[in-house]
Amino acid sequence: MTQAWRNAQGGAIDRTLPIRFEYDGVRYEGYTGDTLASALLANGVHLIGRSFKYHRPRGIVAAGVDEPNALVQLARGARTAPNVRATTQELYAGLVAASQNCWPSVRFDVGAINNALSRFMPSGFYYKTFMWPPAPKWWLRYEHVIRRAAGTGLAAVEPDPDHYEHQYGHCDVLVIGAGPAGLAAARAAAHAGARVMLCDENPGFGGSLIGSAATVDGGTVGEWIAAVDRDLASNPDVTLLPRTTAFGYYDGNLVGLLERVTDHLADPPVHTPRQRLWKVRARVVVLATGALERGIAYANNDLPGTLLAGAARTYVDRYAVRTGTRAVVFTNNDSAYATALALHGAGVAVEAIVDARPEGSLTATLPRAAIVAGLPIVAGSAIADAQGGRRVSAVDVVPLSGGGVRRIACDLVCVSGGWNPAVHLFSQARGTLRYDDALATFVPEASPMPIKPAGGANGRFDLAAALADGHAAGLAAAAHSGAGTSSPIPAPIPAPQATPAVTAGLHPMWSVPARHKGDKRFVDLQSDVTVADIALAAREGYQSVEHLKRYTTLGMGPDQGKLSNIVGLALLAEQLAVPIPQVGTTTFRPPYTPVTLGAFPGHDAGAQVEPTRYSAMHDWHVMHGARFVNAGLWKRPHSYPRSGESADEAANREAKNVRTNVGVVDVSTLGKIELQGADVAEFLNRVYINRWDTLAVGRCRYGVMLRDDGIVMDDGTTSRLSATHYLMTTTTVNAAKVMQHLERLLQVDWPELEVFVTSVTEQWAAAALSGPNARRVLAKIVDVDVANDAFPFLAVGQCHLRTATGPIPARLFRMSYSGELAYEIHVPADRGRAMWEAIIAAGAEFGIMPYGTEAMSSLRIEKGHVVIGPEADGRTTADDLGMGKLVNAAKWCVGKPLLARPALTQSDRWQLVGLTAVDGAASVAIPRAAKIVADPDHPLPNPMLGHVTSWCRSPNLDAWIALGLLANGRARHGEILWAVSPLADAKVRVQVGPPCFVDPDGERLRV
Amino acid sequence: MLLIPCPWCGPRAQIEFTYGGDAAVQRPSPEAPEAVWVAYVYLRDNPAGPHAELWLHSAGCRRWFKVRRDTRTHDILGSASPGAALPGAPT
Repeated sequence: MTQAWRNAQGGAIDRTLPIRFEYDGVRYEGYTGDTLASALLANGVHLIGRSFKYHRPRGIVAAGVDEPNALVQLARGARTAPNVRATTQELYAGLVAASQNCWPSVRFDVGAINNALSRFMPSGFYYKTFMWPPAPKWWLRYEHVIRRAAGTGLAAVEPDPDHYEHQYGHCDVLVIGAGPAGLAAARAAAHAGARVMLCDENPGFGGSLIGSAATVDGGTVGEWIAAVDRDLASNPDVTLLPRTTAFGYYDGNLVGLLERVTDHLADPPVHTPRQRLWKVRARVVVLATGALERGIAYANNDLPGTLLAGAARTYVDRYAVRTGTRAVVFTNNDSAYATALALHGAGVAVEAIVDARPEGSLTATLPRAAIVAGLPIVAGSAIADAQGGRRVSAVDVVPLSGGGVRRIACDLVCVSGGWNPAVHLFSQARGTLRYDDALATFVPEASPMPIKPAGGANGRFDLAAALADGHAAGLAAAAHSGAGTSSPIPAPIPAPQATPAVTAGLHPMWSVPARHKGDKRFVDLQSDVTVADIALAAREGYQSVEHLKRYTTLGMGPDQGKLSNIVGLALLAEQLAVPIPQVGTTTFRPPYTPVTLGAFPGHDAGAQVEPTRYSAMHDWHVMHGARFVNAGLWKRPHSYPRSGESADEAANREAKNVRTNVGVVDVSTLGKIELQGADVAEFLNRVYINRWDTLAVGRCRYGVMLRDDGIVMDDGTTSRLSATHYLMTTTTVNAAKVMQHLERLLQVDWPELEVFVTSVTEQWAAAALSGPNARRVLAKIVDVDVANDAFPFLAVGQCHLRTATGPIPARLFRMSYSGELAYEIHVPADRGRAMWEAIIAAGAEFGIMPYGTEAMSSLRIEKGHVVIGPEADGRTTADDLGMGKLVNAAKWCVGKPLLARPALTQSDRWQLVGLTAVDGAASVAIPRAAKIVADPDHPLPNPMLGHVTSWCRSPNLDAWIALGLLANGRARHGEILWAVSPLADAKVRVQVGPPCFVDPDGERLRV
Repeated sequence: MLLIPCPWCGPRAQIEFTYGGDAAVQRPSPEAPEAVWVAYVYLRDNPAGPHAELWLHSAGCRRWFKVRRDTRTHDILGSASPGAALPGAPT
């Protein structure tokens, strides 16, 4: 019979349409509004999986996020997810799930052998196996077995088909939790004029009230919840977020929320994000997260059919599910009596209510109602042991004062050891906790952040108290946030009213003494940690609560010890004979419940992790077969291989062509900074090593910048466009860094200088035209005289370019990176393509070829130009790189004071040299990242004389050449040394020489 | 994620800013002796408590400014432009 344990009436489910689902290959039916757990229980399924370490049969224990056992594998194609809590997974049509951590089946699991071997596997056993049996031989034999046994479910193997959104939220009051206190707080705050956000992890609001028989404001709770819901939903300043978990509290009152948008849908709509990560800045937070129940550890308290009392009641109230036929309730407080009454009302036979407290406690509201209903109560007693295999079949009850055992047959045990306020986010907000003796748990004390706990989270478990507490917190939060202070001040609304219950106190009880050696009394069901493990940890010296956690793994599973942390630390306190507050809690860290990894990057994934920057001529490069490399965030052409050509062959062809004909390279990515003002020359004097007040209008100059510690930072060329207008270039990768450096000097250190800096890197497209025919090509397209005397080396000017689409304004610079006759042309970026095409067209008759970064690199190595990174590697000074003469002695600059330090001026510093391979020059490559040594066969350690910084097979010299840093290199020209790479097992003889292999006197530049 | 009060733009999320180090150190004059420059480049106090530091509003107005932040709690006690005084202890 389908859903034999579902009652015909009651619950907050929708019975109109049954939902079919499958668990462990068996088909079942449930209803809309069910979770997978409630639907399974309605069908009488209790055996849900096997425990982590001992593979003991386990059943559903809780009804919410605190569930330790019912972690299932949810099969959903590419969305397959392990470790899904059956108690929070909403049921949808066609849901398919399976138990984890068992083979071949949950009923007959081979891994159960672990239970038989359990005395060899207490907490910490794995660490001890590193000591004995003797490693590594034995450890390597069983290590892979243990490794395969670790973990529970299976990860998805296909790429995540879903996308995740990010959303920012701002509000006056964020209310976390929509139970009675949260609803009261949100209602009060909204009516006081605050912008309110209200979130709850459940699909509907009401929390602990859902399905309850209590009355609020003279009506049913259902009516009250619906009324508040309507009230809030009609308020445009209120945002309601069901299915949304507040998982973490961060600096500046930032709260992370995870909204589950489609996880409850059978067919998620294609374009809807699966989940939405909210980053909410709230002025004030009201924490109405309620409380989580804890159990009591007795022997075999993990048998399927053993639930938390509150959960058993929730299954009746919310889902109309009877979790058994014959129940025993075990408790140390009043709340479990509500469970007994609910079960009784649902048709479950309550065989006994075992209360650890004496008869005198039975005078309060709930126990009296139980007595009136005729439920049998066994006071002053405890469950010492439970019987059963795959389901509990009986419990052994003993009087606490001593006496005979009474065995009671049952198939359902409901346990309550008390309630713990869910203080996680309060603690993350630097809130301190106080141990409350009456409640035997930790309650919020004080936080320096604007966060107010209310209701169960504040230790107010009675409904009337929770409503009042929530209402007050909502009003206080609205006032504190400064909302509703503008006129008109809204009239205050009264707090919701309920009848307070008379309660007797709780008697702390953490465990029941075991009667038989070897009995397992579970504290942490998810990690299989028992009372004995805690005693073991204390005995072995792990006496801090943080050590207890790591040594035993108590509280380290996906449930993060929601059921077990307080019981565990209380047992540790018993072991150490100290008061519980002295043991304290472990640190609470986000996330409160697991968050899908994909939610954190959101859309910043794949190609959108970082922006990609393209030059204005990018499409032309693509059309002409360019192969690209990344330079920072930019795409730059590496080379333009023709058909049948490798990239390296193309680069060699291009580099040769520059020295014999003419080439053009896209240099748009270099940093460009405009400097304007009366004091620019003085500013340049301070940031560059060389002098700038002598630079004439219409001229440019190479400059080097140092860090404050004297080390080379960046280089570039700066041009003077007018008396007070300069243009600086930087390297591509350092553009932002140099800009920031200049801005900081001007804003913080030298605000008296009149200099304005603007980054114009993206505003100008730039091309470098290089080669013996460069002038002939240029002359065809510019409207100024570019003869050598009219526009000499290092001249700068404005002109117009003739393009297919008409003339465009351009800046023209005569500077050379290749060492050939060369010009740089800058045009406004949106005209870049027109400029490039004009150059290519004009150069066709001269054999112009575009060239990329690889050819550019060979050309500059041939000329010995240093590059930030390889040569200027963060350790080299200007003098090391052969530019010592550029440091102007007559003026100060950034880095100068520390440049004179002895270590930076000693004679054996590594200096820039050129290296040429000898012995079969063309074919023997200088190894990658080679070190320079005198004797390659010297026994290790081989004294290193230097290293190679840049190397290439020079296309123009047809030889392997390199630049390197060599101790006292300038005095060693002519020496033959070895370039070796022990990693590649390669060695090449090299001759040391000046770091310039082509046209050392620079005649070709000045032609 | 800190909420940093830019003196010009108001409180903005930390992700819009770039950290710039200690604001209490002053760039020495060019003539200062080497020891003073060494201290400026390499030596820093490390207070457990209010600390004056520089931030750049790199994704906003691109101004540098000073912030007083408690290094123990991340509470931000105030901000000021580079030339002005920070609230609290002497800058």
